[in-house]
Amino acid sequence: MALLEVIGLNKYFDGFHVLKDISFSVEKGEVVVILGPSGSGKSTLLRCINGLEEIQSGQIKLNGEVINEDSTKWHLIRQKIGMVFQSYDLFPHMTVFENILLGPLKAQKRDKKEVARQAEELLNRVGLLDRKNFYPRQLSGGQRQRVAIVRALCMNPELMLFDEVTASLDPEMVREVLDVMLELAKEGMTMIIVTHEMEFAKAVADRIIFLDGGEITEVAGAQEFFTDPKTERAKNFLNIFNFKEYKKGVDNNEKI
Amino acid sequence: MDIGFILEISSLYLEAAKFTLKLASIGIILSLLIGLFCSLVNYYKVKFLKKIVNWYIELSRNTPLLIQLFFLYYGLPKVGIKLGAFTCAVIGLAFLGGSYMAEAFRGGLEAVSKAQIEAGLSIGLTKAQVTRYIIFPQALAVSIPSIGANAIFIIKETSIVSAISLKDLMFVTKDIIGIYYKTNEALLMLVVAYLIILLPLSLLLTYIERRLRYAGFGN
Ligand SMILES: Nc1ncnc2c1ncn2[C@@H]1O[C@H](COP(=O)(O)OP(=O)(O)O)[C@@H](O)[C@H]1O
Ligand SMILES: [Mg+2]
Repeated sequence: MALLEVIGLNKYFDGFHVLKDISFSVEKGEVVVILGPSGSGKSTLLRCINGLEEIQSGQIKLNGEVINEDSTKWHLIRQKIGMVFQSYDLFPHMTVFENILLGPLKAQKRDKKEVARQAEELLNRVGLLDRKNFYPRQLSGGQRQRVAIVRALCMNPELMLFDEVTASLDPEMVREVLDVMLELAKEGMTMIIVTHEMEFAKAVADRIIFLDGGEITEVAGAQEFFTDPKTERAKNFLNIFNFKEYKKGVDNNEKI
Repeated sequence: MDIGFILEISSLYLEAAKFTLKLASIGIILSLLIGLFCSLVNYYKVKFLKKIVNWYIELSRNTPLLIQLFFLYYGLPKVGIKLGAFTCAVIGLAFLGGSYMAEAFRGGLEAVSKAQIEAGLSIGLTKAQVTRYIIFPQALAVSIPSIGANAIFIIKETSIVSAISLKDLMFVTKDIIGIYYKTNEALLMLVVAYLIILLPLSLLLTYIERRLRYAGFGN
């Protein structure tokens, strides 16, 4: 049984059909990367999965259980689905440690000692243990984003959603965040990642879902998608990121 | 200026100042509670209650406190509701201050971004927990300057309750002028008394404001 299953999902913003009949599933331990042009509905799709957006038709199942019903207790579901946003969204009035402990203590009502130990361990792994009593404003973008990841991880989620988590970072900080995610993938964390970092996508993804105009137009293994995309749209999309060939072209022209 | 006389009446002013402070404190606390309630009703768009709250805010902001007090103290007994002068003063101040405090809280609540709320929800907090641990502390930090300004406003407004014979600073001053004709001394004491009450509060507020701006928690 798949960990997450999305079946015939449709989402409208007023009259605007943002997500059209989306179906896919994610197996436990799988890393799925969603690619697609800006405005194609990637963020909206992730937000639907953890109930930040309502959907108009279709089903979302977590461990076989439908989670998008009127009776759904989303706060319980969200304890199993971690989400990291582009803008970090750490709580500015709390220290790093308080940010991380809030969910486990208040939402999950876990033991403080146990949570503190786990939080320290996770902070240590992302290299930020010495920052635990800092406030978010005292951290760099890359550090904040790593804290945001730890904040989600400390809930022991079954599934992690990442929405362009490096898009706001200065280039020299992108790597430190991506490394954390690669590490997670290696450990078998189930993840759905929206990113524009193509090399990273290639390295981390088991499967690529290509979203265009609110529709899934291509699903493929990472290797296959990048070397042999089937649709014209996916080819065009990949070409935007393909500087190598472009440069070669320029060189050739100059030689002539 | 008759220094001896000032010393003589200072105990009267001390009593009156205590009374003014007591009335103002109760008024401020009730105003905070009413304001908080109203702002939350509006923030969460609670049906029905929202209408009542907005009527109240309009009514409160568009009638002078003096008229409200006269209505409570002289008007209500005509329909059989007799309230003590102190009760009327407290109700009047709370009725007035509540809408001002509601405005102060509204500003703070609106300053908390949707992203913050969603970040709270996404770690599994309930709406109530998000309100308590995320919206509330952030909103309060933004609201504190206006809450403080409103508190000072309420303290100053207490000077009107002498109109329904409550023995506050204003009442004592008018009394002394009436009996002894020592206008200068009485007015001086009145100003000094209010200054002693308001100045520290005002300075504290400036300090807190500066601290908050310095802490500037945003990103
Ligand atoms: N809250 C909203 N209300 C109305 N339209 C929205 C809202 N959020 C997103 N959209 C629209 O939905 C489309 C998909 O947005 P989004 O999911 O953010 O795309 P992506 O993440 O792929 O860039 C865009 O056209 C965007 O303008
Ligand atoms: Mg997006």
